[in-house]
Amino acid sequence: MAAVSQLEKTKTHRHSAVVRVTHWLTFVAFVALLVTGGEIVISHPRFYWGEVGNVNTHPLFVIPIPASRDTVPTGYGYVMPDQNGWSRYLHFEAAWVLLLAGLVYGIYGLWSGHFRKNLIPARRDWKWRAYRDRMAKYMRRERADRAEEGAYNVLQRTAYLVVILVLFPLIIWTGLAMSPSFTSAFPATAALLGGRQSARTIHFFVSWLLVLFLIVHVTMVALSGFWSRMRAMITGYTRDPEEDR
Amino acid sequence: MNPISRRKLIYGSVAAAAGIGGLAVAERLASRYGLIPPDGSGIYGPGETLTYACQRVLTARTPARTFPRSMISKNPFANAVAPPKDEFKRLQAGGFRDWRLVVDGTVARPMSLSLADLKSLPIESQITEVACEEGWSYIAEWIGTPLSNVLREAGVLPHSRYVVYYAIEKSLWGSIDMADAMHPHTYLTLGMNDGDLPVPFGGPLRMRVPRQLGYKSLKYLTHVTVTDDIKKFGSGKGSVDPDYGYSWYAGI
Repeated sequence: MAAVSQLEKTKTHRHSAVVRVTHWLTFVAFVALLVTGGEIVISHPRFYWGEVGNVNTHPLFVIPIPASRDTVPTGYGYVMPDQNGWSRYLHFEAAWVLLLAGLVYGIYGLWSGHFRKNLIPARRDWKWRAYRDRMAKYMRRERADRAEEGAYNVLQRTAYLVVILVLFPLIIWTGLAMSPSFTSAFPATAALLGGRQSARTIHFFVSWLLVLFLIVHVTMVALSGFWSRMRAMITGYTRDPEEDR
Repeated sequence: MNPISRRKLIYGSVAAAAGIGGLAVAERLASRYGLIPPDGSGIYGPGETLTYACQRVLTARTPARTFPRSMISKNPFANAVAPPKDEFKRLQAGGFRDWRLVVDGTVARPMSLSLADLKSLPIESQITEVACEEGWSYIAEWIGTPLSNVLREAGVLPHSRYVVYYAIEKSLWGSIDMADAMHPHTYLTLGMNDGDLPVPFGGPLRMRVPRQLGYKSLKYLTHVTVTDDIKKFGSGKGSVDPDYGYSWYAGI
């Protein structure tokens, strides 16, 4: 193994194959879920809290857009085209892709030590000060220091863990809580959230939190070198950091 | 080729072969145990099949969610229905005395039942939620006789797989598998909230499938056909809904 090629010397390994494949599957599934979820919302852009809600009950809030059903009073004089059929088919198919990719990633993450090594913040960073200090560095737009090369800082680690351990599980849970068949087997999935309509409302807000994450994530990727980061997430390798500068 | 890429190639090939082999075996098993829905082909087929197969494994016999009387919606929403045709108006003028429910197909004793005949069967009630695919919902008490009572009277033949049902307007039809058809909460619904079933809510007779979304609970029911071959009906996708782009299985 003495003969290391010239190419390998300038490359740094960043992401394993499982991380890369599940990352892009999740991305494709998420975009499909977002578009189709938006289409489904258009058929009833009113949200409620509790078990039930319909046009005869008081909404928690209303999105001020025209609906794709003439039974929903929106104040607009026209009705949007109905896209719910294919949107629902694709929503659930994409949900399966997301769930299966998430399962593979989760099992791999535990088994390979990926969570422990790359995502759980170091013990010394388990304090607010560590977050504040790293945030201050971002605010001053400081370069990542040597210790952060090839590793995530405490803010990145926390953001990824919140997405992986809180937001995705919550959006899957709230989605299943809207299934009349799934809740027949597991009624607590809906009851614990306060009811079917509460689940729908939480599902809606969690999807916005995931969109917020996506915007920040892509922005940070762009600021830290878009093509270098894309290369790392596609091929697994990034060129020597000095070359990116 | 260096050792690492060769090892990766071997692992990759084994994984791909196992994946394809696994899919083929899964498809065989799903087909054998009736876990592929009638619309389980095409680009959305894998998702529909996964959903339906998992739901059948998990929920074949689980009871629908029921609610206390205090949660019955004060102002339930009936949803829009097409204006009634002349035949419906004629039956309505006669107080629905001539309304018939035809039960046929793969049954030992085909029959034609009046509403009075249905009311002479054991009547039960359930307080369950109607959830529309659009997102809205309401809770009501539904009064009727479980479909399984009628199916038992008619004598469902053992190879039967689906129950197809039609509204008075024959272009509106759907179907459910035997697990849902024999489910104790699947009703031929005659009443709602201690009264007769109002026409806007599907009166005089509505199929009630509380473990699926509202569009499976067909209004103005006139005909139930038991079958072993769902492909013979319409475009073969189990109901009119896939023709409009909506999935056959609406448990989610």
